[in-house]
Amino acid sequence: MSKARVSPLRSGFVHLVLAGYTVIALFPVLLTILNSFKDRNAIFRTPLAPPTASTFSLVGYETVLKQGDFVGYFQNSLIVTVVSIFFVLLFGAMAAFALSEYRFRGNTMMGLYLAIGIMIPIRLGTVAILQGMVAAGLVNTLTALILVYTAQGLPLAIFILSEFMRTVSDDLKNAGRIDGLSEYAIFFRLVLPLVRPAMATVAVFTMIPIWNDLWFPLILAPGEATKTVTLGSQVFIGQFVTNWNAVLSALSLAIFPVLVLYVIFSRQLIRGITAGAVK
Amino acid sequence: MGSLNLKSIRKAFGTHEVLKGIDLEVKDGEFVIFVGPSGCGKSTLLRVIAGLEDATSGSVQIDGKEVITTPPAKRGIAMVFQSYALYPHLTVKDNMGLGLKQMGAPRAEVDAKVGKASSMLSLDPYLARRPAELSGGQRQRVAIGRAIVREPKLFLFDEPLSNLDAALRVNTRLEIARLHRSLKATMIYVTHDQVEAMTLADKIVVLNAGQIEQVGSPMELYSKPANVFVAGFIGSPQMNFIEAGRLGDGQAKTIGIRPEHITLSREGGDWKGKVIHVEHLGADTILYLETEVTGLLTVRLFGEHRYDVDDVVYATPDRALMHRFGADDRVQR
Repeated sequence: MSKARVSPLRSGFVHLVLAGYTVIALFPVLLTILNSFKDRNAIFRTPLAPPTASTFSLVGYETVLKQGDFVGYFQNSLIVTVVSIFFVLLFGAMAAFALSEYRFRGNTMMGLYLAIGIMIPIRLGTVAILQGMVAAGLVNTLTALILVYTAQGLPLAIFILSEFMRTVSDDLKNAGRIDGLSEYAIFFRLVLPLVRPAMATVAVFTMIPIWNDLWFPLILAPGEATKTVTLGSQVFIGQFVTNWNAVLSALSLAIFPVLVLYVIFSRQLIRGITAGAVK
Repeated sequence: MGSLNLKSIRKAFGTHEVLKGIDLEVKDGEFVIFVGPSGCGKSTLLRVIAGLEDATSGSVQIDGKEVITTPPAKRGIAMVFQSYALYPHLTVKDNMGLGLKQMGAPRAEVDAKVGKASSMLSLDPYLARRPAELSGGQRQRVAIGRAIVREPKLFLFDEPLSNLDAALRVNTRLEIARLHRSLKATMIYVTHDQVEAMTLADKIVVLNAGQIEQVGSPMELYSKPANVFVAGFIGSPQMNFIEAGRLGDGQAKTIGIRPEHITLSREGGDWKGKVIHVEHLGADTILYLETEVTGLLTVRLFGEHRYDVDDVVYATPDRALMHRFGADDRVQR
């Protein structure tokens, strides 16, 4: 049977809404990038105009690359983000597997307890976290950030992944058990490949808040050696004078790594390899 | 090399008891089929034998050795699942060889055994493919191949044919029968399809509500059902059950007569009735009658017969083939 026909008016309206949303979502990004290529006067006189021959300027990028160790900041951000995602996915998937696969006393309570973290923002515990980090001697280290971000990302990861793991066929896991696979082998070799799309979703959801976070780098690791990109860009924002060229350039640069990571994960989202495993 | 002994197996999920004391002996080389309505515990029993579920109490012995605490991989069993349960990211060859590889068998031995199994099941052209690139029948053959490669003492089949279409089901059934003859291995097979049970089994175990109703060869179950449940479950169309009082039998509670053990005539016979529906199957004609004595009665005639709805007919049962069941629903002999 063919699908019911959609009237052109209706589909036109849908496209109009979607296009409108796209414009609204992309506008600030576009504006940031456009203005990062203009000189200071042009940014304020014609903020919406694209750079012309007379207003084109790379002064923002020059400032960013000269002042401070921007490559270092990028590196810090990347290390923190990638390592945190790795731990969130690893521990999240393990906890989700345990919750969905094994029947034990307190299973449901444990699931709820782990899910509470979705509702309570981790920033409420900032003071305690800082005290803990001071006591552990982890202030001004990337380890501190990685630990906090792993904790922050786990609740959502466990919640999403355990739902997905429930859909992996029991027969498949049992076939593995009969073939002599250990529980770890079943987890790593059978279940993880099958929930890869869900892992990609979790990775994207985890990555963006970590990359964009200013709060914890500012509090836990404000030292020059451990500054992240978001924190590094703040040096150009002053109480009285703000170097807008530099701020806009730094932000434009900060978009790209996260874009690359997103592309990598979204490829995984599309790939489905479950087809044919079980009918 | 593959006997199985179950002693008072019980299994409860919470307070709900699924298996209520199963005792069963399976001899080496036998093809045993567990059959019963859905929810009767037959799959659970198979999982207990495989070690995928722990029995609440009771003992499972394979080859005279207690295996209740042995993990599934070390019990010397192989299992074929209804949903095939092939590893989606491995090729057919790796799917079949994984168990041996896991046991630490040398590569040459794994290759040889996989090769033997795949030629047995004519899977050679597909060895490099992934399960997604195979048809349903081929996937089920791979699943069977994976079981053969392990050379188990005990083959366990969990409704292996229920996901296949009718034509393929017959072919695969033949294949399993052939396999049993050539491997001479002990096989335990779960199904709810009595045709599979009747055609494949050396011995059928009829389960109902977590208990064994009867164990016997297909013909024993057909001709000497121990109780009303088995009588009604084996045979299609179902046996006719008639209240004994209507036939003037004071001792029994129910009288059973199979549809194929009744003859029809237009002239005269024991029970006068009216045809209410006719099914023409070519080889058989199945008639549903409403008779004065027995109420609704199913009659199966061999070959093609012309009867129309509302025809008046006389049905005569073969008295020697009637089954008499007492008040406890057990057969009276």
